[in-house]
Amino acid sequence: MTHPNAILVTAAMIGSIVLWATAGDILTASAMRQLGDLDVIRERSGIWGAAVAVVTNGRFGLGVVCLALSFFSLLFAFSHRDLSLIGPAATSLTFVTNALSARFFLHENVDHRRWTAAIFVCVGVALLAF
Amino acid sequence: MTFRRYLVLGVITITASCGDTFLSRGMKSLGPVSLAHPTALIHAIFSPWVASGIVLLIGFFASYLTALSWADLTYVLPASSLGYVIMTLLARFWLHEKVSPLRWLGVVFITAGVGFVTRGPSYTDHGSHTAPVRAEGLATVEPAIEEVRQ
Repeated sequence: MTHPNAILVTAAMIGSIVLWATAGDILTASAMRQLGDLDVIRERSGIWGAAVAVVTNGRFGLGVVCLALSFFSLLFAFSHRDLSLIGPAATSLTFVTNALSARFFLHENVDHRRWTAAIFVCVGVALLAF
Repeated sequence: MTFRRYLVLGVITITASCGDTFLSRGMKSLGPVSLAHPTALIHAIFSPWVASGIVLLIGFFASYLTALSWADLTYVLPASSLGYVIMTLLARFWLHEKVSPLRWLGVVFITAGVGFVTRGPSYTDHGSHTAPVRAEGLATVEPAIEEVRQ
């Protein structure tokens, strides 16, 4: 039987990956929304102008830091638990937390169609572990 | 959604799945890397498969950011998850890995999820932040309004 502490530690590791990944995705998406259509910026200022606009955006920088923290949490979790448990659990949960966070922080219109899509992809990714 | 934007979603899907598969192929050919010898990881970066994988993943991130500038996160993430399907197909037919029936069921679920989301709108209009998209929409609607006025 698995020790309750081991379950808690696994949950904390998965939670940390999901938390940082969601924060990273939301901040990056928010930065892109703030900048506007990158195709329009590229037409106006060229590809380097578009790259500079992205890289110098504060939210984008913060988002990349969060994504890096999520990556290191993932590496840490892989060194303690099985890839087949951590990988699908973290990826599929991130689809659901992203949908919730996009609804509340980015005010996206997450209708029943998007919820269904997020849940289908979440279940699908979890099944890829077997 | 224009054809060009669907093309960007396609590029996200293909670069992500091929990038991951190339990394996996490269790392498998190099053998296990011990934490006691981290310099082996630097050596791995210069192997053709790993280097190609990194280039593809840079392409993935650039096209992912482009997509987020004109589409919602809750649209881009499920729409680009077909990459998992491509990755499973590559694992089965290129890397000759065994794919269980449950994994094929997962592929069916993901494909259905992508089908759901891509049939809906790609962007939530929030007023001032959506200037390019709104301008595109107005350019289509305004001549029609003018015609009715006349």
